[in-house]
Amino acid sequence: MKHPDFDVVVVGGGHAGVEAADAARRVGARTALVTLRKSDLGVMSCNPAIGGLGKGHLVREIDALGGVMGRAADASGIQYRLLNRRKGAAVQGPRTQSDRALYAKAIQDHVGQAEGLTVIEAEVADLIVDQGNVAGVVLADESELSARAVVLTTGTFLRGVIHIGDRKIEGGRMGDRPSVKLAQRMDSLSLPLGRLKTGTPPRLKSQSINWDILQEQKADEDPTFFSFLTKRVQARQVACGITHTNTRTHDVIQANLSRSAMYGGMIEGVGPRYCPSIEDKVVRFSDKDSHQIFLEPEGLTSDLVYPNGISTSLPEDVQHDYVHSIVGLENADIQQPGYAIEYDYVDPTCLSDQLELRALSGLFLAGQINGTTGYEEAAAQGLVAGLSAALKTLERDPITFSRRESYIGVMIDDLVTRGVAEPYRMFTSRAEYRLSLRADNADARLTPLGLSLGLVDEARERIFTEKMDRLDRGRTMLEAMTATPKQAAEAGITVNADGKRRTGMEYLAFPELHVADLAKIEPQLDALDAEVADQLKIEATYATYVARQQKDAEALDRDEAKQIPNDFPYAEVIGLSNELRSKLTRIQPATLGQAGRIDGMTPAALALILTKLRQLDRISA
Amino acid sequence: MHTVFALATARGKAGVAIIRISGPEAMQIGTTLCGSLPKAGQHAVRTVRNSDKSVLDQPLVLFFSGPNSFTGEDVVELHLHGSVAVIRAVEQAILATGLAREAEAGEFTKRALLNDRLDLAQVEGLGDLVEAETEAQRQQAQRVFSGALSVKMGDLRDRGIRAAALLTATIDFADEEVPVDVSPEVESLLTGIISDLTSEIAGSHVAERVRDGFEIAILGAPNAGKSTLLNALAGREIAITSDIAGTTRDVIEARLDIDGLAVTFLDTAGLRETEDEVEQIGVTRALERALAADLRVLLATDGFQLPDALEGKVDLSYAAKSDLTGAGGVSGLTGDGLDVMISDISAILADRVAQVKTAISARQRGGMQRAVAEFERALAIVRGSGEVEIAAEHVQDGLRALDSVIGRVDVENILGEIFSRFCIGK
Repeated sequence: MKHPDFDVVVVGGGHAGVEAADAARRVGARTALVTLRKSDLGVMSCNPAIGGLGKGHLVREIDALGGVMGRAADASGIQYRLLNRRKGAAVQGPRTQSDRALYAKAIQDHVGQAEGLTVIEAEVADLIVDQGNVAGVVLADESELSARAVVLTTGTFLRGVIHIGDRKIEGGRMGDRPSVKLAQRMDSLSLPLGRLKTGTPPRLKSQSINWDILQEQKADEDPTFFSFLTKRVQARQVACGITHTNTRTHDVIQANLSRSAMYGGMIEGVGPRYCPSIEDKVVRFSDKDSHQIFLEPEGLTSDLVYPNGISTSLPEDVQHDYVHSIVGLENADIQQPGYAIEYDYVDPTCLSDQLELRALSGLFLAGQINGTTGYEEAAAQGLVAGLSAALKTLERDPITFSRRESYIGVMIDDLVTRGVAEPYRMFTSRAEYRLSLRADNADARLTPLGLSLGLVDEARERIFTEKMDRLDRGRTMLEAMTATPKQAAEAGITVNADGKRRTGMEYLAFPELHVADLAKIEPQLDALDAEVADQLKIEATYATYVARQQKDAEALDRDEAKQIPNDFPYAEVIGLSNELRSKLTRIQPATLGQAGRIDGMTPAALALILTKLRQLDRISA
Repeated sequence: MHTVFALATARGKAGVAIIRISGPEAMQIGTTLCGSLPKAGQHAVRTVRNSDKSVLDQPLVLFFSGPNSFTGEDVVELHLHGSVAVIRAVEQAILATGLAREAEAGEFTKRALLNDRLDLAQVEGLGDLVEAETEAQRQQAQRVFSGALSVKMGDLRDRGIRAAALLTATIDFADEEVPVDVSPEVESLLTGIISDLTSEIAGSHVAERVRDGFEIAILGAPNAGKSTLLNALAGREIAITSDIAGTTRDVIEARLDIDGLAVTFLDTAGLRETEDEVEQIGVTRALERALAADLRVLLATDGFQLPDALEGKVDLSYAAKSDLTGAGGVSGLTGDGLDVMISDISAILADRVAQVKTAISARQRGGMQRAVAEFERALAIVRGSGEVEIAAEHVQDGLRALDSVIGRVDVENILGEIFSRFCIGK
């Protein structure tokens, strides 16, 4: 057999593609990244920002596994803000406004130097399929790249249609051509498809905005970075502007609703409930006469501003009218009109936990094509798909990310088990182990896994090991020290005088107590650095809850340990409703735990499956 | 799943005995035995023969096509003549087909649960319904069996989800336009849920009494006529009576139905200081049982000193031996005043029974108590330190506890327990 050109070919150079290609080459697969233009790598097609609630967790996890996104975000961060700063650490989300140009440069620099990764500028026209396995890709010039596995990260290319009012443009993103043959190839697999839509706002010229009269939102004084490797701010910090729509804005929109692609009946796809267009906001929340808009600079050197909060599919003339009705934007120039894009996605329930298509071995999908939205969601899937493709071609054991250990695991499990009904976005509330899966401990949770897989390099390993050692020393100190309430009171610490002797960690669990307070009892603690002191305070805060969740998780593990074979005869399980039977047959849950998370699943049905499993065990035993 | 069968009526001589067959082979077995079956949902008289074609009986035969049956599977019922020999012969004939085995205790109900025909609370209601002896027991079990508890828990769950959603909104949409302060609404939702659950829990204690019977202790000095009263209430001689003080040593029970409520009267040793070791044991036991009882009735006599332990705990008091004193009160000997006493007891119990809501079992109460504890912690945090992610965690745990009441989760653990305790439908 001919030696293939590559182990893994990644198609698409967006956030999913870059992370997939880099993960594949990090674990040692010979990898090619095929993109239409090298200059497309690291492009932010929508909002120039990284992170947010839940999303920030994903970036931290990608970084803990040696990924690219966190470092690129830090290289380009121009307005860091820690969301939920006043709430608990478990629900804080790092976010930054990014300079588009700096972000793309960081990505392109990284990819350009990455060992074992070849970037090929070309259009992928088709897949090579050999005996039911993917064997590479065909390029537009009819040349072929052979490979053992292919990762498709082609975003909205499946029947992508752009709407600006009643104007329709075929294409995945402004200026890109849709890949027709590849789409036909996907069609030939008879995959279940759905249709989604998403919108963008008009882009404004910064100079045309009257910043002087607008409220400012400043960056955090003490920024929270994405990468565990980053120690300082790398770009100048800027402020965003805040303005609001008003009743005049709403009147303009109301009067022209019939000309909106979304309201004029030109779009059938489902949009996200949590990121509505301005048309949606005006219609659905008609009692509100004002909506907030963040005016986000696209970069330090760019003259473009992204008005976050007014995405639209109204015609250009209406966009002009409503933008000009807004305070500060009276004379704003629209550089590029807002548009809505409608596209097909592949129902992710036909993917395995490794994001491999069950219908075509060796083909992995990641990003928007799976029905998700957001750079961070795309990148995290890219990492999983690229890693899994590489492990497969290297004939190593596959890895499943668990809901217990990471937001990545939560997202993958949600996608392949429950599918999507609207563009899927990460939220902290999707993670049932939210109090243990925190952004602050992503390294402790995942870097060891990254090390064992070969995803993490030596430089990061050194930094990680050193940090864990410092934490261990601090933790040991705090666990070794004990004090009665009386002793604590002598040091000026008032707790319930119950006579109970507590360890330092137990004292730290009281909301108002910090390591510095305990140092009055145990002077040794003064030696702990601020990073360790803060981290141990967070650990102590959640310790009891993490222990409780641990117990829950053990129950979950029992169910996760009960594997359901691929050929499980759902047809023979008497008492299953037809609806559940067809869902189970389609989704093919890998474990009883996964089956339990399928929408509409009942304990009774689970008990039936369990009974059948035991029966099968008895037969085979 | 195997096909199973069992006698659904009590074993022994009777007018009719019903054998129920449930499972995928039920139709095949019915056809083998009877030649043919009536259409689904209909009945017909058939002749049951064994393999050598000899006639066993001529039962009324019913056929239910799954899922429209009690178990959700195909079900055949044979309404046989209630002869021990006929039943045994037909059971043998079913076994001889090789298509079915005898059902385990509670297996029909278990299948109904597994096939979503009943939820866990309904199964418990059904268990109680089968056991019900009095009108109050029947009504109470019927309420649960008809799904009232499931509806109630569903409503509480919806409100809990609303509270969780509000907390979540402030976490996951902090940078968007959500109401800034959701705590007043969360507080009011949680307070409402806790108060509803608390009265359900109180009611469930009473519901247990309705199911198991209220205990009423008869107290008084030695020779006050307690045993005579018990015998009068029971309508037969169950306690030894004599003129000798201290005749009763052990606690003697009599079960009665008072206005539809199951009641157990306890005759106890007369309360006095005594040197007699055996009598002293009886007095101690009397006190213990009296304290644990639901109601304490005192037969008062002159000069009787109520032990300190019972101070303020006597619910009803009547002058003893009214036949001798002629001054009102009760007399077990003549039956004088019994009607007044019974109606007094009935009134007190009726008051208590009014507290019963929908929950009836200790298992249901346990789930609700866990839920209350979680919701209370969430409420304390919302009112106090305000760590919203921790409050949300408690609300989630509370919701899980509520779910366990009607059996949505923990199914593996609960199933075994339920079906070992309830022997239903067989």
